Amino acid sequence: MSATATTLRTRRRPPREAAGSPLLLGHGRLPRALAGTALVVLAVLWLLPFVWAVITSVQSEEDINTTGLSPFKGAFTLDAYQQILERGNVTVWAFNSFLISALVTLITVAVSTLAAYGFSRGTFRGRRALLGVTVAAIMVPPQLLVVPLFDQMTLFNMVDTYAAVILPQVVAPMMVFILKRFFDGIPKELEEAARIDGASEFRVFRSVVLPLSRPIVAAVAIFVFIGAWNNFMWPFIVTNDPDLMTLPVGLATVKDAYGIQYAQSMASALLAALPLIVVFLLFQRRIVNSVATTGLGGS
Amino acid sequence: MTTTAPLGTEEQTGPPAAPADGRRTALSRVRTGNGLVFVLPFLLVFGLFMVWPIVQGLWMSFTDSSLALRDTTFVGFDNYTEAFGDADVWSSLGNTVFFTAVSSVPLVLIALAMALLVHSGLAGQWAWRLSFFAPYLLPVTVVTMIWTWLYQPELGMANQLLDALGMEPVGWLSDESVAMWSVAALTVWWTVGFNFLLYLAALQSLPTTFDEAAALDGAGAWRRLWSITLPQLRRTTGLVAMLQVLASLKVFDQIYILTKGGPNGSTRPVLEYVYDVGFTGYRLGYASAVSYLFFALIVVVSLVQLRLFRRED
Repeated sequence: MSATATTLRTRRRPPREAAGSPLLLGHGRLPRALAGTALVVLAVLWLLPFVWAVITSVQSEEDINTTGLSPFKGAFTLDAYQQILERGNVTVWAFNSFLISALVTLITVAVSTLAAYGFSRGTFRGRRALLGVTVAAIMVPPQLLVVPLFDQMTLFNMVDTYAAVILPQVVAPMMVFILKRFFDGIPKELEEAARIDGASEFRVFRSVVLPLSRPIVAAVAIFVFIGAWNNFMWPFIVTNDPDLMTLPVGLATVKDAYGIQYAQSMASALLAALPLIVVFLLFQRRIVNSVATTGLGGS
Repeated sequence: MTTTAPLGTEEQTGPPAAPADGRRTALSRVRTGNGLVFVLPFLLVFGLFMVWPIVQGLWMSFTDSSLALRDTTFVGFDNYTEAFGDADVWSSLGNTVFFTAVSSVPLVLIALAMALLVHSGLAGQWAWRLSFFAPYLLPVTVVTMIWTWLYQPELGMANQLLDALGMEPVGWLSDESVAMWSVAALTVWWTVGFNFLLYLAALQSLPTTFDEAAALDGAGAWRRLWSITLPQLRRTTGLVAMLQVLASLKVFDQIYILTKGGPNGSTRPVLEYVYDVGFTGYRLGYASAVSYLFFALIVVVSLVQLRLFRRED
């Protein structure tokens, strides 16, 4: 067992966090077999919808609808993918999703780290009150703001613009709170050394505090990005122009138009799913650790 | 800036420990700005896109504000009185509470089971983690597209499996008594991965000393699970359950795309009613009132949960 534990243990990981404790199952064969079976059953259940979608996407519509019943019978074809990519709107929506999520992440991280540093080190009047309001705002469900925000965007004449989709998403009190708590834990002595060397307050933030906070900033960035990529209600309400829609919104508008074209429906769903799955595969350790370090995340 | 060189170590997981001598000079206090300038950009967006809409929404809830015409009149508590007597408010609220109950319980328990199983140290860690967490990464539309196809009455996977087992097909999304359960199943599949990761992180940080001691004393795997590991996870369970209930109460996206609240309003949650009234029915004022009543409910639930959570400590 210790051999398995060692191979599972990955670079950079302290031993305590090594995957799994051999103790939990003891040395008996039966508990191990039971646990293994349960894991396999759960994993199969969780992967089945993906498998079913993939199989459907590589069939022809005729095969699915006429011979029907089993998607296992039809012949392999990539027609559905080809048709979707030729139509082009999925590519436009994917571009919009990337642009919008990237900008939301960039602005949110910049604004939130600065604010968190100000709340952590600042001495300005009203600091505690403002921090209190920020923390209280964590409880406000974003859906509550949708109606008045739409009214506001109409007033500013901003409906159907990238700015209208992006700006309301950059307010992230939860992220400010998480970052502030982290900055609080960084000893001030480190910054004082820099200040004695004559560094400005912003320089201290950029060259001392930020480098020390890379893992937490990365965690925040990852969760903001996932949240923005998957955000539905707000972009759905504020965009009517198909050229400005994000992937989730665009697909929702054409979902019913697919009708009985299940192969195309599944092909476009899988194309839209791909980017974040790739991101997860690349940053798996980081994402898993992010949940641990921030305790929260997501929207 | 030579001072940063020894500090900028890569991949640090936490702030470094404070140096032994905690020297604090008067000089540093003098030269530290008051920090307000750092907070200003946040205050700007926070004020514009959070405080303004909150205040504006509250004001709107006391008016007959409408998408169709710009001038509005103050109507006092009319919207709120109407909401309390509106059968659709109560039925959509009932649907929301029902959804929260039937989705939260499996979302906590299955996540716990997954984390315990993965943590038990069987080979293939990354594969299990990917299988359970991958759905969480899908945009809501993708999830509903896949599940619409799974639930499709004649060709969908669900009914084909039932057929293979010799059972009658089920109207997963067309039967009023089944539809909400179908939505809950989709939601469990979609979001359990996040709770799973929270549990997994908690398990990995548990001290193993008690477990080791019990094992030396000859306690079996089951016994140690019940008497040591699960009690150690109580705080995490409290946190996961709290976050889950709040998330489930806010359900809208997947239901709106999957069933549009149907059949016959049986899956319409309160947030969809807000959307229907505000954006389809053009009554922004009334929609605001309903969403504020809902917000009040969320605040009450949060406070009750915080109370319970604190008492646990």
